[in-house]
Amino acid sequence: MLKLIFRRVALTLPTFVALMFVTFVAVRMVPGDPIEARTGERGIAPERLAALRHDLGLDQPVWKQFLDYAYGLLHGDFGVSIVTKTPVLHEFLILFPATLELALCALVFAIVLGIPAGVLAAVKRGSVLDHSVMTVALAGYSMPIFWWGLLLIMFVSEYLGLTPVSGRMDLINYYFEPVTGFMLIDSLLSGQEGAFGAAVAHLILPSIVLGTIPLAVIARMTRSSMLEVLGEDYVRTARAKGLSPLRVVGLHALRNALIPVVTVVGLQTGTLLAGAVLTETIFAWPGVGKWLIESISRRDYPALQGGIMLISAIVILVNLIVDMLYVAINPRIRHG
Amino acid sequence: MAEENAIDDPIPAGPERLVLSDSGLSLSAVTVAQAEPVGEEPSPLRAFWSAFSENRGAVLGLAIVVFIALLAVFAPWVAPHSPTEQFRQSVLLPPVWAGGNWSFPFGTDAVGRDVLSRLIYGARISLGIGLSVMVVSVAVGIVLGLAAAFLRGAVEVVVMRIMDVVVAIPSLVLAILVVAVLGPSLVNTIVAVTVVYLPRYVRLVRAAAIAELSKEYVVAAQVAGVGKLRLMFVTVLPNCLAPLIVQAALGISDAILEAAALGFLGLGAQPPTPEWGAMLADAREFIRSAPWIVTLPGLAILVTVVAINLMGDGLRDALDPKLRRS
Amino acid sequence: MPLLSIRNLSVTFSTARGPFRAVDGVDLDVEAGELVAIVGESGSGKSVAMLAVMGLLPWTAKVSADRLEFDGRDLLTLSPRERRRIVGRDLAMIFQEPMSSLNPCFTVGFQIREAMAAHLDLSRAQRQARAVELLELVGIPEPERRLKAFPHQLSGGMSQRVMIAMALACKPKLIIADEPTTALDVTIQAQILDLLLRLQRESGVGLVLITHDMGVVAETSQRVCVQYAGQQIEMQPTRGLFRDPHHPYTAALLAALPERASGRLLPSIPGVVPGLADRPRGCLFSPRCRFATDTCRNVPPPRAGAELGFALCHTPLVDGVPQRREMAA
Repeated sequence: MLKLIFRRVALTLPTFVALMFVTFVAVRMVPGDPIEARTGERGIAPERLAALRHDLGLDQPVWKQFLDYAYGLLHGDFGVSIVTKTPVLHEFLILFPATLELALCALVFAIVLGIPAGVLAAVKRGSVLDHSVMTVALAGYSMPIFWWGLLLIMFVSEYLGLTPVSGRMDLINYYFEPVTGFMLIDSLLSGQEGAFGAAVAHLILPSIVLGTIPLAVIARMTRSSMLEVLGEDYVRTARAKGLSPLRVVGLHALRNALIPVVTVVGLQTGTLLAGAVLTETIFAWPGVGKWLIESISRRDYPALQGGIMLISAIVILVNLIVDMLYVAINPRIRHG
Repeated sequence: MAEENAIDDPIPAGPERLVLSDSGLSLSAVTVAQAEPVGEEPSPLRAFWSAFSENRGAVLGLAIVVFIALLAVFAPWVAPHSPTEQFRQSVLLPPVWAGGNWSFPFGTDAVGRDVLSRLIYGARISLGIGLSVMVVSVAVGIVLGLAAAFLRGAVEVVVMRIMDVVVAIPSLVLAILVVAVLGPSLVNTIVAVTVVYLPRYVRLVRAAAIAELSKEYVVAAQVAGVGKLRLMFVTVLPNCLAPLIVQAALGISDAILEAAALGFLGLGAQPPTPEWGAMLADAREFIRSAPWIVTLPGLAILVTVVAINLMGDGLRDALDPKLRRS
Repeated sequence: MPLLSIRNLSVTFSTARGPFRAVDGVDLDVEAGELVAIVGESGSGKSVAMLAVMGLLPWTAKVSADRLEFDGRDLLTLSPRERRRIVGRDLAMIFQEPMSSLNPCFTVGFQIREAMAAHLDLSRAQRQARAVELLELVGIPEPERRLKAFPHQLSGGMSQRVMIAMALACKPKLIIADEPTTALDVTIQAQILDLLLRLQRESGVGLVLITHDMGVVAETSQRVCVQYAGQQIEMQPTRGLFRDPHHPYTAALLAALPERASGRLLPSIPGVVPGLADRPRGCLFSPRCRFATDTCRNVPPPRAGAELGFALCHTPLVDGVPQRREMAA
């Protein structure tokens, strides 16, 4: 077991190194002079240019530059934003809770709806219900979520007037200092009446939009996994004990069917963070996705580089955790 | 009824062949015996079609894809107007069912361009991107995947580690990085999306090739002195094709979605190109006043992607019985 | 009154290629404490018939019978809820594949206690105590430790012992054992069979043993039921069946036993069990039967009386000689 974990962790190390290399190379390939881009000055005198090149380490050989870059990353130095002049890591950490809150809510939405839908479709296979679930799942799987978001804003927010159009909080009526960075928690901590409700209202549409593709993936996966498990001998054994259908399906079959579903849910982290870029842009959600897009339009390359590095690191880590979780819920591997 | 015969027929044909070759007849007699039953067994293409057409959703998907492809190919003849011509006297005209007129059936956008024409020309761009991405990434995927499977060692480690990194970066974020480096344009969109979707083809080809390599026919070919390149592309590759074709079909729809997302973020095709995602981005400010210019491009993306996915699911069921889950 | 009483049981599966009758007109009575064997090749419908009794067939199966009674209750008219109260408590089943019949995600103890929790009014501690007792009964050493084990940590023989313990948990009146030793190593087979027989003798539970092994039948059962292609073709007390089989199929099966073979070659039955496509018009065994006549090939055979082992045959054998119908009757 420990050996397994160790091996899995060791396997991710080369990926991290390669990731550093990719971001390092990418930023050096960005069009335009790096000095100009970093200082914003044009037509610099040669002496000043040499000094700046020295300051930025650009007069070093490339391999030395890469090692310095890697050394900086390992010590939490992800560069400094050109626009705000603050460390990238600092900006990222301020914005990340908003993205995390959104992603978690979307994931909860997808799991809470997707797993029961998949189970029902499998149990009632071939029925109208099954066909409807699979049709909706296909549509969800194929959904351009940026359009889906606009459509929901158009109908739910503009036409029905049920939810706010954008942002995380109704800032005209409520104001409080962020404590955890999670609006749901901070609004409760603030003690202001209605703040929590406002936070929830702001979260609903973005969560649905971001959760749509994971929902479809989870429902499809649960259904096919469940169909396979329902034909297994141990399900027949459970029925031979005279257990209720709810217990046979919901405990004996589902427990086994969930093993591959957990993997799929884990693999949705990347999809969620990619989707967050679009969702945050549509709903003006102040998270890392929107920040990344803004960094591009502001030509803030250090922010882009650091942000991509951090987001990818998170995806790698989550995949690692999912692998561990997979071992934990699968007794066959755990005691293997 | 035809497909039932397809299941039954091979059984009677088999033993006859066996008996003949067992009884030690001359080689030519055996070849004749083998050649004969081919007429009775349906050709692979027909067997595939009968399995594919069993799935009504897949046929519907195929029909829609063909329709959209025809629209795209014949856009200049089908579209009522030029996609970029601005009719200044009819700006933000609603579609015909919402009080517009027949000269602009789907209405016009903020600068008076015909929405229908832009959608039809947009099909060219979206399908074009989808196909180019698919062709390039399949080709590169085959080369890298086979190289990793056959050469092993350092080549495999390097290729697969790079693929791991590409997978670790969320798809859209990676595409954004590529576009940031290369600059936004239609061609760079294709490059960016290709990079994003390359790993799945490389991994698939490598896994399938490694599985095939352990089989006896490959060993037999090696013993017979077949060269490495020929072994890779002629002996092994055709046996890895079924999952690759399925993945390629589904990959087109993913590429279309990804490209539209880039277009929506302003990092894809640049105006006035009638790209569906970019059209949506332009339409954002008219959510209240002109809902049709928001609704229609998205609907076009959704219908296209659903149709391709339906077709892909049907392909998977027909080509890859191992993946088949009834 | 018999514990289990079946008359004219049929099971039909609806398949993509039309209905398939897997069980066709099976009759069976099992008295309390009796051991009955059902013999047949694979595909003869013996498992399906018993799964129908348990109510464990998939929804594609249609079950019909003139009578299907267990312990005086009509299983056909019971609601699913009432039926679940019988199944697992009074009527238990042991399956062919012990390794895959235990749920890999739960401990052995959980799966044994679960059956008790569903049917018996026992406290948690009582259930645990009974589980320990059951494992001891089926000959598993260190029962407390084994209860905490997951199925993949057990061998095949050990798993089958657990399955037996699970079947015994609620003190059933009848156990159906579906080829309980087929999937096991030869050396383990005898152990498991001995265990089953011992438990059957000691607890006086009724046992229906499904097998394709005539040797097992000879050693164990009081009565034998032979099935072929979904039909019950003969039923006799074991001793009578081995002394004087009345159906040609039974006779051929017995002749194929190694210990009965006289020549250098082991006799075999040519051909295979008919499938959906090649079902004969008359007697289903006629294509493979040594004694088949034109009548056999074209007319479905009638059922003989008890003196001829209820043989489903136009020309039942007496001392290995085919009898014409008129003479037999």
